[in-house]
Amino acid sequence: MPVKPYGDAVDSRSLDSRLTDSLTELLSGPATNAGERFRSAGHGRRALSLEQEPTCMAIAGLNLFYGQKQVLFDISMKIPRKRVTAFIGSSGCGKSTLLRSMNRMNDLVDGCRVDGQILLDDASGNGVNIYQKSVNVSDLRRRVGMVFQKPNPFPKSIYENVAYGLRIQGINKRRVLDEVVEWALKGAALWGEVKDRLHESALGLSGGQQQRLVIARTIAVEPEVLLLDEPASALDPISTLKIEELINELKARFTVVIVTHNMQEAAWVSDYTAFMYMGRLIEYGDTDTLFTNPREKQTEDYITGRYS
Amino acid sequence: MNSGSPWVWLNAGAVAISLVLLFGLLGLIAVRGLGYFWPGQVLVANYQPPGQAMLTVAGEMIARETVPSSRLPGMTGDTFTRSLLHQGNRDLTGADFVWLVDPWLSNCQYPVDIMVFEHREWGNFYGFLASVQENGTTIIASDESARAVFDERLDRAQVIYQTIRQIEKHDIGAINAELERLRLAQRRMELSGDRDPVQLAGITAQRQQLNQAHLALETQLVDLYLALNRDSFTATTATGQVVEQPISAVVQAWQPNGLSYMDKLAFFARKVAAFILDNPREANTKGGVFPAIVGTVMMVILMSIMVTPFGVLAAIYLHEYARQGWMTRAIRVAVTNLAAVSSMVYGVFGLGFFVYFAGGHIDQWFFAEALPAPTFGTPGLLWAAITLALLTLPVVIVATEEGLARIPRSVREGSLALGATQAETLWRVVLPMASPAMMTGLILAVARAAGEVAPLMLVGVVKLAPGLPLDGNFPYLHLDQKFMHLGFHIFDVGFQSPDVEVVKPLVYATALLLVAVIAALNLSAVAIRNHLREKYKNLED
Repeated sequence: MPVKPYGDAVDSRSLDSRLTDSLTELLSGPATNAGERFRSAGHGRRALSLEQEPTCMAIAGLNLFYGQKQVLFDISMKIPRKRVTAFIGSSGCGKSTLLRSMNRMNDLVDGCRVDGQILLDDASGNGVNIYQKSVNVSDLRRRVGMVFQKPNPFPKSIYENVAYGLRIQGINKRRVLDEVVEWALKGAALWGEVKDRLHESALGLSGGQQQRLVIARTIAVEPEVLLLDEPASALDPISTLKIEELINELKARFTVVIVTHNMQEAAWVSDYTAFMYMGRLIEYGDTDTLFTNPREKQTEDYITGRYS
Repeated sequence: MNSGSPWVWLNAGAVAISLVLLFGLLGLIAVRGLGYFWPGQVLVANYQPPGQAMLTVAGEMIARETVPSSRLPGMTGDTFTRSLLHQGNRDLTGADFVWLVDPWLSNCQYPVDIMVFEHREWGNFYGFLASVQENGTTIIASDESARAVFDERLDRAQVIYQTIRQIEKHDIGAINAELERLRLAQRRMELSGDRDPVQLAGITAQRQQLNQAHLALETQLVDLYLALNRDSFTATTATGQVVEQPISAVVQAWQPNGLSYMDKLAFFARKVAAFILDNPREANTKGGVFPAIVGTVMMVILMSIMVTPFGVLAAIYLHEYARQGWMTRAIRVAVTNLAAVSSMVYGVFGLGFFVYFAGGHIDQWFFAEALPAPTFGTPGLLWAAITLALLTLPVVIVATEEGLARIPRSVREGSLALGATQAETLWRVVLPMASPAMMTGLILAVARAAGEVAPLMLVGVVKLAPGLPLDGNFPYLHLDQKFMHLGFHIFDVGFQSPDVEVVKPLVYATALLLVAVIAALNLSAVAIRNHLREKYKNLED
């Protein structure tokens, strides 16, 4: 029995053997039936149904404009609690924009205008529109954390990177910080690699480690939702696998929304998948169904690689 | 030949020319400036212009040049050479320097026992030590041991002289400062109509005490001056004149022709140290430039303290908070254009606005008791620093803005996505990362400010300041005082002195020192910047 590098409830095989699988897939040409492939590879999944899931966020009639140009058209969907939801679609289809509008990062773009609603449910199930005037954007982003495509650690030590969000909240007690930093780094599967050099610069880490550090930094403030914007696209295959493993673990505690270009990744990590095309939500459902039996012709074309 | 080669050569040539110019200039300044401190050989020779009586001349050869014969009637051949002799003894000969026609020189000798006496006034004296007197009585006249006795007496006189200066500058200076403070306190009471007899009596008592202390010091000074002038010496010039002078008039005496190489090196080091650490003498043409160094450094540091926060804050507002539009563009153009305004204009503005308007009002409000004598309503260190801060502000703003623009968007977003506000992001992430750019701005500002002279002439620099801007009297840092500056010192010594030949090497030496001071200030800023850059590298791409 090979050593398990990360405690993984879903997949007990070693990292190496799964890496081999991924590489075989990569070499065997465009995925024709990615969901099938993963299932046959032992990725057992119980049947899921979107209707029965508790809601975490609900998007209702969302239109988004950059200046005069409309980027998102009438998007309505519900994001289930403590599940992984993937947005797929070709470049420029608006999936990143949709993700960024979920914690109002689009506010930073000049000329960005939103109408429609995005409701974020609190613990008792009451949804609050995050675009309401009374919403404090900093608080919102604390509840809805985000990880970007390119690792963006701060030019500080590893420790200070993870403690950053807490310090912003005014928590400076050494003991509390120590605990949270260790917990977050363990949660991001990075503790073992950095525990002896917590006070060295985060810029000395590899790209994959930096990305996991950024995830640790985000979960350290214990958000309810984690938005991941192509978190593995700038990384090498091994780092990618580690991140994907991590996402599988994170959904036990957080609601995860991930944007990805890589359909294997979407099929492998997500419970629900939304396919977007030209700013519209084309199809949304549980991942197995969407990949094996898509309702829409456009979805099928995309996942079988018929779009260039 | 590769297609790109000429281009590479062109670039390399441009760099080479810049380097040659830079090192050529530095080399010239260094050689001429440092040569000033090296002890030259003293020549004694016969000099016979045709048809005149033979003279004996003595002194240091400073320069030699070739002149066409047509300039001097009676010379044969195409050209002849002539030499510039520093003959000193200005009180006897009337001129420190004299041009000698080389063919008329004969019997050139370098006698070992000829001495150079550097006077506190009247320049150098060249001659042979004859005897040493105490209270007018000759105590030694023999040649052998006279030098040792002379040196010992000279050391004693130096010690007394230092004591006198210490008392005059420091002790009496402190008493005067205290008396002035009392006068102002009394005047303040008069102005406010407060006639508290107890307080007035206190002031009078204090004043009496101080006057007594002053008197005691003066008596002490009289004794010291008597002791200082006890000894004198006689020396024979090369022409045979015997001159008697007090030993206290001499700063330093040496026998250059007898010095070994190591002795000369030690002498050189002492002279350099004296130049850096001493006060100027003889209308700045002799002595050191210490007050000018202090003034320059103080002014630049004050300027940095003022310009950095101001420029950085302005840049942050312009780049981070202001709504980008035609207004910010116009402000940026205006700021960049400010950098092109002649520094003299800043000087005039500083004089009109800061000195007369702001300073005048400060005097009326806070220093009314000193009027009509102005406190801040006159050029001074504070106004000079503020004027130069204004002058260098555009540099800091532009450099900081560029630094802020280089911070990757992803890092800002990373901070905002963690729930930080814009201000927290700025303070905790953006500003530390932009700090190398701020240092670059500061380096450019320092380089510009330290070399600037023209505006300073209007707002605070003087030829000779009575005291340092930093001293032991409350409030220690005197922002209202006028100060000396190396750049102005060069101008003043080089162009406002009666004898060009005396000051020429001094100009070079001062210029070298100014370059060294600016380099030191800049290098320390560069070191800080490199440290910061090292800390935040990898993120600039």
